[in-house]
Amino acid sequence: MGTQVKDVIIKPDAPSTLLLDKHADYIAAYGSKKDDYEYTLSEYLRMSGIYWGLTVMDLMGQLPRMNRQEIIDFIKACQHECGGISASIGHDPHLLYTLSAVQILCLYDSVDALDVDKVVEYIKGLQQEDGSFAGDKWGEIDTRFSFCAVATLALLGKMDTINVDKAVEFVLSCMNFDGGFGCRPGSESHAGQIYCCSGFLSLTGQLHQVNADLLGWWLCERQLPSGGLNGRPEKLPDVCYSWWVLASLKIIGRIHWIDKAKLRSFILACQDEETGGFADRPGDMVDPFHTLFGVAGLSLLGDEQIKPVNPVLCMPEDVLQRINLQPDLLS
Amino acid sequence: QDTTFLSQEIPPVFLCFRDRKEWADLEPVPQDDGPNPVVKIAYSEKFSDVYDYFRALLKNDERSERAFALTSEAIELNAANYTVWHYRRVLLQALSKDLREEMRYITAIIEEQPKNYQVWHHRRMVVEWLNDPSEELEFIADILSQDAKNYHAWQHRQWVIQEYKLWDDELDFVENLLEEDVRNNSAWNQRHFVISHTSGFSDAMEREIQYCLYQIKKAPNNESAWNYLKGILQPLGLSAQPGLLERVLELKQTHCSPYLLAFLFDCYEDALENSKENVAEEEQQKTLKKALEICQLLAQEDTIRKEYWLFLGRSLKNKHGSSDPSDEPLADDPEPSVPVSEQQEMS
Repeated sequence: MGTQVKDVIIKPDAPSTLLLDKHADYIAAYGSKKDDYEYTLSEYLRMSGIYWGLTVMDLMGQLPRMNRQEIIDFIKACQHECGGISASIGHDPHLLYTLSAVQILCLYDSVDALDVDKVVEYIKGLQQEDGSFAGDKWGEIDTRFSFCAVATLALLGKMDTINVDKAVEFVLSCMNFDGGFGCRPGSESHAGQIYCCSGFLSLTGQLHQVNADLLGWWLCERQLPSGGLNGRPEKLPDVCYSWWVLASLKIIGRIHWIDKAKLRSFILACQDEETGGFADRPGDMVDPFHTLFGVAGLSLLGDEQIKPVNPVLCMPEDVLQRINLQPDLLS
Repeated sequence: QDTTFLSQEIPPVFLCFRDRKEWADLEPVPQDDGPNPVVKIAYSEKFSDVYDYFRALLKNDERSERAFALTSEAIELNAANYTVWHYRRVLLQALSKDLREEMRYITAIIEEQPKNYQVWHHRRMVVEWLNDPSEELEFIADILSQDAKNYHAWQHRQWVIQEYKLWDDELDFVENLLEEDVRNNSAWNQRHFVISHTSGFSDAMEREIQYCLYQIKKAPNNESAWNYLKGILQPLGLSAQPGLLERVLELKQTHCSPYLLAFLFDCYEDALENSKENVAEEEQQKTLKKALEICQLLAQEDTIRKEYWLFLGRSLKNKHGSSDPSDEPLADDPEPSVPVSEQQEMS
């Protein structure tokens, strides 16, 4: 049954042991180098960048190396009058960065740095008549934003402020013939969107609406001969799908359908032994985004050197235990 | 002597905004890295110049032609900066800018950077303001000709078609794409989208089954085609379709694949689940045996998904197996290939 499969080949000299210290050094130093053009260019997502960095540091037990007070002050400066939070100072508020900010403040047990009622008001204002959520006042609709809305509200303990039934109705309308989910009704199934929708249905107590066997099959079909996971059929593997796909499988209780050993070797091969950090696939340039999802993926696979990570919120389990938030998982 | 080549060699120089006299009234706002910046980062000169002036304009909420022109510079340097796009839209409306010209602009930007949420959302807004989708299908087709799976392009296409009811030629468009690449999952998804919103699947079922089987013969190891086939049949039940099983068994002789075997399993499973009362127990057990053989085969051939195939076999046996004690258990691989920590995962 051999055909040309779109995949990567892992070289024999690819990294095969976990280099946690190198990754911690990489993240700790990120953004502190002069002339870092990539850092400048990514200002429009800075809040998410900080969330990725802090979360992976916490998972590695290295959170104290980051500058807590500076970050909390930064977040305060990013909350706008409407209650929404922007990616950085001088940028416009958006649901994506509102979630990232609240996640960061939960890590630091400092949610009171925000006007919480205003955040809730902002989120509520973004829900549309059909139950969907816009990302901001410009009206882009996407199931990613449904996830951002309920995740933020769940972390703040304020889920009852939106129309949950309508929100669920919209997300379910995005379920496709293959059991997967896309960004809007009719959109192609995509692992990133599936993660958002599975996470959403977990947080709203609606996981029984998922066809777990059908979706589980679609998700485990993402695994390629190299051991890596792609995001949709006929695409190359990418370490961030080790998160989107794996967390989804964990949420729907089918994580054992993946070949864990092969996935682990793929993720490890994505490390850069010189600089630290993870890239999307072996040999490429590293970045904090792929570093978080590589480490989080390894945590889900059971690596004992890394703290347990929550598959719904991509945050350390001990943080969620502290705030008493344990979203449902199927078994 | 011919000196024209000399003048062509001198490249146009970017004159910083801080050096342009018509901008002298504005105080540039430097990058603010937060109340306690760790290190003052040195950006490229042009980038910091443009964005210092962008911040100044934003701070004053200036609604002017020069502000509009500067957003173009800012976008060229960083087209993912959503705040710049927001500001540009505010200016488009405040200055009553020519939206047709904006369409030409956004077309050029998307051609350069087609994998960016902001550029597509901006285009959608302009199309909405103009209430004119007439360029869209051709434009998106052009983008798809460069990357037939661009997720943003497909979303935009679905929106345009649904909003402006442009269904007529879409099935043909999908078929052309599938002729070029039968494995294009986005095109298969679009096929489902079009049919569900137009004729529906009841009348079209036989035609769609034939279409799938035809494409499968051309490329047997095609996940998308098999997912589609299963997807359209599932609501009615795989065993409800007369003659389907026979056609798939025939295909098995010449065009076998893990997907075909998985589909056969699904047919057998459906038959067991929905068996009519007059189906003999012996018949049921024969069907079960065939299904279990498939699981065994796939567990050996598609080893990376071995756990899934073994699960399928076990579940089916538990549900439909006879209580005959002489039944052999489904043979599991005695040497697990996963680390011990998996035991904790499964409980």
